Amino acid sequence: MTDALLDAHLVVRRGTFQLDVELRVGRGETVALLGPNGAGKTTALRSLAGLTPLSDGRLSLDDRVLDHPRGRVWTPPEDRPIGVVFQDYLLFPHLSARDNVAFGPRRHGVERRAAHAIADRWLDRVGLAEFGRRKPRGLSGGQAQRVALARALAVDPVLLLLDEPLAALDARTRLETRTELHRHLAAHPGATLLVTHDPLDALVLADRLVIVEHGRVVQEGDAATITARPRTDYVAQLVGLNLYRGHADGHSVDLAGGFTLTSTDSVHGDAYVAFPPAAVALHPHQPNGSPRNTWPAVLADIQRHGDNLRVRLDGPITVSADITPAAATQLDLRPGREIWVAVKATETRAYPAD
Amino acid sequence: MTLTERRTGTTARVPVPLLLPAVLGLIFLLLPLVGLLARTPWSTLPQRLAEPEVVAALRLSLLTSTLATLLCLAFGVPLAWLLARVEFPGRRVVRALITVPLVLPPVVGGIALLLALGRRGLVGSWLDSTFGITLPFTTAGVVVAEAFVALPFLVIAVEGALRGADTRYEEAASTLGATRWTAFTHVTLPLVAPGIAAGAVLCWARALGEFGATITFAGNFPGITQTMPLAVYQTMESGDLEGAVVLSLILLAVSVTILAALRDRWLTSS
Repeated sequence: MTDALLDAHLVVRRGTFQLDVELRVGRGETVALLGPNGAGKTTALRSLAGLTPLSDGRLSLDDRVLDHPRGRVWTPPEDRPIGVVFQDYLLFPHLSARDNVAFGPRRHGVERRAAHAIADRWLDRVGLAEFGRRKPRGLSGGQAQRVALARALAVDPVLLLLDEPLAALDARTRLETRTELHRHLAAHPGATLLVTHDPLDALVLADRLVIVEHGRVVQEGDAATITARPRTDYVAQLVGLNLYRGHADGHSVDLAGGFTLTSTDSVHGDAYVAFPPAAVALHPHQPNGSPRNTWPAVLADIQRHGDNLRVRLDGPITVSADITPAAATQLDLRPGREIWVAVKATETRAYPAD
Repeated sequence: MTLTERRTGTTARVPVPLLLPAVLGLIFLLLPLVGLLARTPWSTLPQRLAEPEVVAALRLSLLTSTLATLLCLAFGVPLAWLLARVEFPGRRVVRALITVPLVLPPVVGGIALLLALGRRGLVGSWLDSTFGITLPFTTAGVVVAEAFVALPFLVIAVEGALRGADTRYEEAASTLGATRWTAFTHVTLPLVAPGIAAGAVLCWARALGEFGATITFAGNFPGITQTMPLAVYQTMESGDLEGAVVLSLILLAVSVTILAALRDRWLTSS
């Protein structure tokens, strides 16, 4: 029906939680499933791998139906052409790196010597040719991650699943491994689905993002669209924007609380307004002149943010602002301080909500 | 006074109400063993050890307890896996039933075995008429009695190990193409091997010391069913205290040696 390699409508009910997500991933494409903790990302991954059966919906891969409760079709995980890299890798501790990688081919009927040859080739490809004899406990985090990737790829999966592949690594290793991983994912001829809560991983590794909240897809698209036009608070936070929803009539957008923001963009109907924290200016007194949005606010919180400070301001709308430490000292910023907020209309973006 | 000195001081100051019973308990455990060693006729020990009845009883004991352990492994590990990994109705009841032989007086176990597997027993009569197999008062009967008493030790130890093992490794194996059976043999078993070894040692030690169920179900025939504990009892009854001490000493030495050896190799290292 489509040219998608993976074509899935995943429905999993567990207690009061329901996952209901449609996913399509093409050949050679990498899609990131991005969402906060508890959004259902891991449940989606488990249902694809066959570790959690679907409650409803349908899962087909390469024109083969793997799970379809209504059609009474279910394929156990060992019969699915799917490779998984688990969050903490789950390398078998009693086997060497080489035997870990050879495990899949062996189970698929490859004779021992040939399976070892496959394993050696994969270890070489991930740059661990000399580490074949090491047990997992003798590997660093980054090395274990690469062995896990080699192990998942050694069975030539049609679909590769990665569950938070970089979450267990320290910051420096993560940087190197991310680049490395990107290279391997690009080389993978099948479909790749990456589950992560780290927007950077998603932006670097994936061709397309699917954002999930509370078990549902809230936004979907390429990185540029999503970063420019977030549609939920979670996405706005991810990409570091202030986001408000309201009703637009030309250049002014009326927000739910009765507050109005002015934008140079012109929209009609339900709309979002977004602007970066760096576009927010703070003044000790009410500023005048120029077409600006201004309002009085109370400083709620100050936190370090890179070289700058990020302050959260309560008022008619809650807003985040980035300011330099020097400006903070000058303005005598401390929680509870009353201050004026200004945002230029040219710095805001307004776009339709539907 | 420096901080370290003060700290060593507090460690040494153990409350008397705890220290006194602890030391008494230790003495209580060790004193009988000291008594055994003190009364051992060291000069006549070598020729005593070479006596054919002693050799026969020791051989029989080692043979039957090892066979009983293998029997327990063959049935106990799958049973433990079932209890640990499969949800089925009445699982808690089954788990409770398994512990019954653990608390049952072994003599009662022996009688129960006779009623079930004896020549006129529930299953025994069928075994006898169909296959011509009789278990009571045979060496095989000794193995059965020992296995009956020792099996719960193994099942409980292995089930604990399986519950402690991370099932996600089995999931990882299944995504790599392993069926549930190959995941069990290639991943689960190696992961819980230390637990199985510990269970087998416990099981073996329990089988080696088995007395009540053995004498009731298998009788006390030298060379056929007379294991070491039975030989100790009989020698004692016949008034040969020295002989009983020698036999006991052997049993003690064998148990301690094997426990110590296995402890070093399996129980502590992993």
